[in-house]
Amino acid sequence: MKDLSLSILDIVMNSVKAEASLIEITLEDDGNLFSVHIADNGCGMDEAFLARVTDPFTTTRTTRNVGMGVPLFKLAAEQAGGTFSITSEPGKGTELTASFEQNHLDKPPLGDMAATVTTLIQGSPDVDFSYRHATPKGEASLDTRELRETLDGVPLDTPDVLSWIQDSLCEEERMIQT
Amino acid sequence: MKSIEELKKIREQTLKTINLRKEDGEDAVRIVVGMATCGIAAGARPVLAACLDEVSKRNLANVSVTQTGCIGVCRLEPIIEVYVPGQEKVTYVSMDEDKARRVIHEHIVNNKVVTELTIGAEGA
Ligand SMILES: Nc1ncnc2c1ncn2[C@@H]1O[C@H](COP(=O)(O)OP(=O)(O)O)[C@@H](O)[C@H]1O
Ligand SMILES: [Mg+2]
Repeated sequence: MKDLSLSILDIVMNSVKAEASLIEITLEDDGNLFSVHIADNGCGMDEAFLARVTDPFTTTRTTRNVGMGVPLFKLAAEQAGGTFSITSEPGKGTELTASFEQNHLDKPPLGDMAATVTTLIQGSPDVDFSYRHATPKGEASLDTRELRETLDGVPLDTPDVLSWIQDSLCEEERMIQT
Repeated sequence: MKSIEELKKIREQTLKTINLRKEDGEDAVRIVVGMATCGIAAGARPVLAACLDEVSKRNLANVSVTQTGCIGVCRLEPIIEVYVPGQEKVTYVSMDEDKARRVIHEHIVNNKVVTELTIGAEGA
């Protein structure tokens, strides 16, 4: 993936596919370490399946094909001096954390998080997304539960609403850019 | 800075025009964008954004743009499918923002399939 915002889009799509009703995306940049935390309340995975998902080459894949999204993200973190962990519980949900050394040569740029969040909301207007991005300069955040209250029945995937989301997040992201 | 006040205005505005939207009607055209790992890596996110922008700019009230998982041919991503009622599905491959806008203009507005960008076309 060209940048982290695209990896995050891909990883969060897994939560959507797992039929989560709430997905939290938290990015934290403390100046040295950049961490991505994604938590969902979707269908979850059991231990054996989870092992196959993170390491598709170490076990024989007999029952079903697993994709490359998670392994690619894990690799990206590890190649940038970071760590990767994922925990999951069937029926409860899944949590994933990846960290990157901020100044590592192999850390992909963050990319356009406003576009990623907008794309997620457009694709799943009935799912709730809670997004927070903290840097030493401040915080950008968006919570669809709050927007829903303001919109009072008007869908989140209304074109003008999506433009508003994209523009306001873009502006907030710009303010906290380091 | 965009404010909640603006969002409220958008809400009022939308409520006034919401009955004009008929994308679920019988004449509905569907654009489906493949957004699996390979699609995203190949540039599906800006392609989707271009589709949404073009549809909204041209006020195409009967056209919906949706996302789907893997359409199947990784090396031909980004892929979009166009469903026009009464016609066979058309699959466009190796899309970028400009090509996607062209598909909407030529295929959806002018009802002429852009053959050279379809999956069967030479060099695709
Ligand atoms: N958040 C999640 N909740 C439930 N299942 C998940 C989650 N993330 C991944 N999975 C499971 O792991 C599989 C592999 O994910 P991934 O590597 O992204 O490839 P793909 O999405 O192409 O299958 C998914 O198909 C799904 O079964
Ligand atoms: Mg995936």
